[in-house]
Order: sequence, then structure tokens, then C-alpha cells
Amino acid sequence: MSGRRVVITGIEVLAPGGVGAANFWDLISSGRTATRGITFFDPAPFRSRVAAEIDFDPEAHGLGPQEIRRMDRAAQFAVVAARGAVADSGIDLAAHDPYRVGVTIGSAVGATMGLDQEYRVVSDGGRLHLVDHEYAVPHLYDYLVPSSFAAEVAWTVGAQGPGTVVSTGCTSGIDSVGYAADLIREGSADVMIAGSSDAPISPITLACFDAIKATTPRDDDPPRASRPFDGTRNGFVLGEGSAVFVLEELESARRRGAHIYAEVAGYATRSNAYHMTGLRLDGAEMAEAIRVALDEARMNPEEIDYINAHGSGTKQNDRHETAAFKRSLGDHAYRTPVSSIKSMVGHSLGAIGSIEIAASALAMEHGVVPPTANLHTPDPECDLDYVPLEARERRIDAVLSVGSGFGGFQSAVVLARPERSAA
Amino acid sequence: MDTRQFTITDLKRILLEGAGADEAVDLDGDILDLAFDELGYESLALLETTGRIEREYGISLDDDTLLDGATPRSIIAAVNSRLSVAADAA
Amino acid sequence: MTVKTVVTGLGVASPNGLGTADFWAATRSGKSGIGRITRFDPAGYPARLAGEIPGFAAEQYLPSRLLPQTDRMTRLALVAADWALEDAGVRPGELPEFDMGVVTASSSGGFEFGQGELQALWSKGSQYVSAYQSFAWFYAVNSGQISIRNGMKGPSSVVVSDQAGGLDAVAQARRQIRRGTGLVVSGAVDASICPWGWVAQLAGDRLSTSDEPTQAYLPFDSAARGHVPGEGGAILILESEQVARERGARIYGEIAGYGATMDPRPGSGAEPGLRRAIELALRDAGAEPGEVDVVFADAAAVPELDRAEADALRAVFGPRGVPVTAPKTMTGRLYSGAAPLDLATAVLSMAAGLIPPTVNVDPAPGYDLDLVVDRRTADIRTALVLARGAGGFNSALVVRAA
Repeated sequence: MSGRRVVITGIEVLAPGGVGAANFWDLISSGRTATRGITFFDPAPFRSRVAAEIDFDPEAHGLGPQEIRRMDRAAQFAVVAARGAVADSGIDLAAHDPYRVGVTIGSAVGATMGLDQEYRVVSDGGRLHLVDHEYAVPHLYDYLVPSSFAAEVAWTVGAQGPGTVVSTGCTSGIDSVGYAADLIREGSADVMIAGSSDAPISPITLACFDAIKATTPRDDDPPRASRPFDGTRNGFVLGEGSAVFVLEELESARRRGAHIYAEVAGYATRSNAYHMTGLRLDGAEMAEAIRVALDEARMNPEEIDYINAHGSGTKQNDRHETAAFKRSLGDHAYRTPVSSIKSMVGHSLGAIGSIEIAASALAMEHGVVPPTANLHTPDPECDLDYVPLEARERRIDAVLSVGSGFGGFQSAVVLARPERSAA
Repeated sequence: MDTRQFTITDLKRILLEGAGADEAVDLDGDILDLAFDELGYESLALLETTGRIEREYGISLDDDTLLDGATPRSIIAAVNSRLSVAADAA
Repeated sequence: MTVKTVVTGLGVASPNGLGTADFWAATRSGKSGIGRITRFDPAGYPARLAGEIPGFAAEQYLPSRLLPQTDRMTRLALVAADWALEDAGVRPGELPEFDMGVVTASSSGGFEFGQGELQALWSKGSQYVSAYQSFAWFYAVNSGQISIRNGMKGPSSVVVSDQAGGLDAVAQARRQIRRGTGLVVSGAVDASICPWGWVAQLAGDRLSTSDEPTQAYLPFDSAARGHVPGEGGAILILESEQVARERGARIYGEIAGYGATMDPRPGSGAEPGLRRAIELALRDAGAEPGEVDVVFADAAAVPELDRAEADALRAVFGPRGVPVTAPKTMTGRLYSGAAPLDLATAVLSMAAGLIPPTVNVDPAPGYDLDLVVDRRTADIRTALVLARGAGGFNSALVVRAA
């Protein structure tokens, strides 16, 4: 099965400020930001009280009453995104052997929102250590084990091939797509419904990020709270969302005349083996992941036209990542536009990797580099071209998108036009 | 009025509860002026430790309490300075 | 020529034995680790039995710096990984750091740790939530902590597919070895025997409510009434055969084949996917059904799931066509930890020439399985391990003697 190549033929995105891939692209190409004061619950007790929330009406997106009752918000996102991606690709899955269609969904924190809410009830507000099973919702097991997300997506699209949830913290959304691409390449599947979803805006998540001061306390100016690569950045803005793709083997996609957004040309993940939350500032492991992903794509650093950065807006991440780009791409790093869409849609943990892959594919599609919003004050330690404030027109034949996650995971994916001469 | 003093004994207790101790380090030795990384504690251990101090003593420490080079002496001083503010306010 | 992936080290943490030697001594002789829950008072819950690991004192094995930031399942996983590396004769510090990866499965993360922090949040306030909560309960924690403790910078991952994930992790590890990584630490350890985890498991509606340890978990028995949950699992060292042979390592067996499918949507009436997963694994291994010497069953002990597994086995192997065993009757179901433990048991069975028993079960005749209820001597060259997860995940893995 060697020589099989994998392409993206369908995209759907649910992101703050932009539900639907078209709305999402509108938001990020115009440089608007979706951060606001938290509305889901009273954020007063928390240090960081801003987030990028989605105004999501599950019924308006076609979910039935029972689907809504049994699924956590993140699972709902994934199912809506999967249906949208399949529709976008125009693929007739009924014409495929269901055992040749698989599912991978990335998620860092699974059904956190559902678990937080249900714990509060069964414990009677934290009062009971021996929590009361009589008050548990019938679908609590599906919150406990988030592979339910992949099962729900499989049921909705009729897939019966390999299926799993990939959960590697904040690189889940890249690793899920990488895993799926590997399954197609090795011949275990012909089509993968792959992407990721997280809905972490819940008190327990806010509290744990408060405790490590990872989220920004810039609560008085929400739209300007997320400031990747800016000298005044002081933490990330929590977000939520999902992006799901239809991945297909190149030749079969061509045979059916599918619209091809991009080839998943190379992917790699490495670990820093250093710290569960900290980063060594030399970026060596992310650089190694980038190097291997380029190698797999048989591309030189000079062929990368745009870098879609992790750009979380924490002090250490943006320096770490800047170092990794220089280390892996050399001088080309200085000539390549780099941007962080987290400035606009926040950091949706395991979901953001796929949302950023969607942004990368759409950037190729439109010939536009989305900007880094809120970047006004240069940081001498971050001295690359971060495309501040305004989108930039540019032909893009290849994009590098990267992610960095708690647990030390560092992942890189290269998207390219399949008709490029290499390969 | 809060007349409590925060001492090295309190700090060691909270460190051990919240972050354990590096087997190569003797916390009972002369550690007041050693940087926390020399004592085997990284940022996360210090965040956990200061969180515990803040809760136990009902104070709020500045973010820069934990800047590079913090030592047991600097944290003890920061805590006691907050405690005296709290006492004056009481 | 595809690189072969072999098992060179085992680290076991099981309710009926901590460490490979204790585990195998118990397993070969049918000794169970199932009993009434001791970690909390289960009297108020409809299910009260579990497979708990007794006598695990993490402070004997792990530095005190790690203890406040780890859930019980992570401590067990770190210790099991240490044992597996030692068993393999590998000192990670002597190997190239990018040449070692960690791929584990999880089902519920550090759930007991999570309960403590949720309790602090809702009873005392958000400022009482630990700095460690940001990673101690998430699904990726074991891979992350094992990679940090052992300096492993190669490709790492975490999969969640309920109980099937334990095999999916091993398959992903094999994928990385085929792509050139020399050594991958794989397998899984799960534990969520805390009140909050228990209530969530009860909601799954598959737990046995029996109070009698010998009558509670009875897969393929006409008295099957759900399963007993357990904690633990196994960590395995996987290496490319060439690397293992060059360094003169003991080879327990080869990961020869793998297949994974999902069931059709509930209520569709279509055939479940397990048979297809078995056929894919056999084809991947280049093995005929007749070559399989023993099957380690998923053994759900829920009548319709037992029926589906028996149907799949009969369809592939014929009626009573292959010895089938479920040593997990001695441990309870360990979620993502179960299948790696079965895989460890399979290679230990090969070495011993012995199929360990399915305890307490009186096989229901209708299933037409050759269920091994008394241990049986056998020359085992090829074993099939099955694992299914809630939601319809089916994974099958073929392991061959070296």
C-alpha cells in the first residue's frame, strides 16, 4: 500500500464567532476576535474571566432531542462538524464498504463540561464524598469515557472501520488527523472522518488553569485579551469548538472528481520528555517534529509558504515556538509569514489543532494568510513576521501547522497541493 | 488581628505536602538562600506551593513572587509582608 | 520487507498479582483478585465488588516529588513501566532519546484525582483546585509522565476507545516501530475505583450486582449478569525485531496482526464488527484460523455481548474450533488495561505451555465454545487477543511465539 497519498476533501468548522467553515474563514481573515466575558456561568470567582464561546444551538444544527440529551457539548460539536464535512466533500459514503471508512476524533479533556455539571449534582454541590448514583444521568458512562465521541460520529456517518479518540492534550487535533492519514496510507481505510472537538469552558477547567496562571487575567478588555507574540501577552484565552475533515486516498478522490483542498503531506509528533506543563526554550523537540514532517512530505523548508503557529499567547510558548521555527527552517523562518488564529478564536485545547488545520487549508484555498490579531507591541524575543492585524494575500502551496501540548507533546503537520512536483 | 508569622518550618511543611522533596536534597539543611530549582522544585511545584500558602493564610501573593531566582527567604518575606498588611487592615 | 515488532519486556499491575511473577503464579492457578471494595464504602451502591490491587505502596517505588501530582493509575503505570524496562534489560538513558516513544491507552484518565479536585472546587471554591489538576486527570497523563521519567522523546500518543483501546495502543506502537522508532513503551493501566468513577460506571448498566466474588463475573455462563470492574493493566516494551536481536534481548513474542472495526449503529440489526476485526487481524498476520492455538476473549458477561462474541468466534473458527479463555474472570475488567494484560498473559502462556483458566464459569452450551475452565497444557505458537469497548469498538490482535 506504499505510495498511497491522503487528501482533504471536506471541511467543517465550529469555532467561536464562526460556526460553519465559511463564517469561520470570514472571522479569521478579517482579523476579528471572538473573545468575550464568560456568559456560561458566573465567572466572578476566577482569575481569568474571559473566553471565546460559541453561540451554539444544537437543534438548529440538526441534532435531535435524544442526541442532545445523551451527548456532551463536545460530542455534539463533533457530530455536527462531521455531518458538515461529509456534506462539504460530496462523498457518497453509502457507496463505500463501511468497514473501509474510519473515524478519529481528537479531544484533550473529553466531556469535561458534562462531568463538571454531573459531579455537582451527584455530590450535592461537593458535599457528598460518596456521590449519589440515584442522581446520575443515564449517559454518564459516555462522559466518563470520551471514545463515545468517535462512536457518535461513526453512527452518524455509518462508518465501521477503525475508530478511536486520540487524546494527546493540546496536540490532539493534529495527532488525530495524523493518525487518520496513517491509516489511509497503510491501507487500513480508504476514507477517514477525522478531526477533533473540545468544550472545556467549565468551572473546573478555569480553576485548574487559574492555578497555574496559564490563562490571561486581562479581564477588562476581552476582545484584546488574546495576544500571541505580543510583548504584553500574559496567558491564553480559553476557547471551544470542533473541526472535522473528510480524508480520502488521493486517487479515489480524483476518480470521483472531488474538490481537493490539500494533501496531508507530512506529519510527525515528538515529546519533550521534560515537564508536564513547561517548555525548554530551545524548541528542539518541536523542531525535530517539523523536520520529520517535512521529510515525510519530501519537502525542503524553503517550500513552506505559511506557518500556522500554535501561538497560544503564554510567555513561554511563543518564545519556544519561535525558536523551534528558526531551528528547523533556518533563515527561511525569517522570510515566512507566521500567524496565530488563537488571537481570534482562543485556545480550544484538543480541538484547536484541527481548527488550525482547517485554517491552513482555507488559507491555501483563498490565497490569504490570516493575521495575528492584537499584535501591537513587538517582543524582541519573538522576531519573525507574525502578520499583525491584517490578512495578507499570498499564493500558498504548502503550510506548516504545529501544536504543543501538556504532557510534552509537540506535533507538526504539512499541508501541500497534491500536484506539486515532489512525492 | 492576624499576628501569625510564616516561618521556614511552615514553608517546608507545605512544600512536602504539595510537592514532596527531591531525594538528593536535605530540606533540613541551610536552604534559605538556595534557589528553588537547586532544591528540586520547578514552576509547577511553586505554583502549587504558593496556592496552598494563599489558601491557608488567606492572602494573595503577587505573580512576581515566583520570578526566576526565588528562594525560601524571598517567599517567606513575601508571605510575611502580606500577613502584616492583613494585620494592619484588621 | 516490513519490520517485525516484538515484545521484550512486561510490567504487570493486576488485582491478582503485582509484578509479573506474582501475577503469573496467581493466574496459572486460577487465583482471583476480586473482592468487596475497600477503597470506599460501597454499601450504598448496587454493585459492591471490584478487582482492587492490594498492597501497592507507591512511595516504595516513586520519588515523593511525583506523588502529589499523580493519580493512582499513573503511579501504577509509572511503576509498571519501570518494571517492563528492567525486564527488557533496557536502560533508557543509554539509548538515543528520539528513538524511544510511549503509546498508551486510557479510558477515564485520572478519575480519582479528578474527584478530589471537583470536590475541592464545589465544596470550597475554585482557589482550592490543585495546580496539578491541569494534567493529572487528563487522558494523556500516563504517556506524558512515562516519557518524562524515562527521557523518551520519540513519537508518543494516547488513544481512547474504551476497553478496545488497549490493543489500539499496541497497534499504534507497532506503526511507529515500522516507521523507524527503535523502542516504544505501550499498553495501558486504568483505575477509577472511587465513588465518582463508580457512579459513572454504574450508569453504563453493565456492572454485576452480585456480592459473591465467585458468582459475580460469569462470561459465557447462562448466569452471566454483567462484569466486575477492576484496576490495573500491563505496560509492554515493544521493539523492532532487529534491534531486539542485535542486543540479545529475550523475545516474548511478535505482534503479528491487528484489526479494528466499529459496530453498526445500535438498532440497525446489522452484524456486529467483531468477526471482521478478527479476520483483518488474521489476514494482517498472514495466519489461517487453524493456526490460532488460543483466544483470549473479551468476555463481557452481558448475555447479548457474549452471544455476539461467541457467534464471531464460531463464524471464524467453527463450533468449538479453538480453545477460548478469559483470565480476566480473576481480575475483573480493567478497561483499557485489560487487553495489554491479556497480551502479557498470552506470551506468558506461550512460554509456560499452559492456557490459564476461565474461573467460576459453567459454560452455557448454546455458545458452542471450547471454553478453558480448567487450565490446560498446550503448545501455543499463535494467540488471538480480543477487546471490545462500549460504543461498539472491536479490536483483535494476533501474537506469535518468537
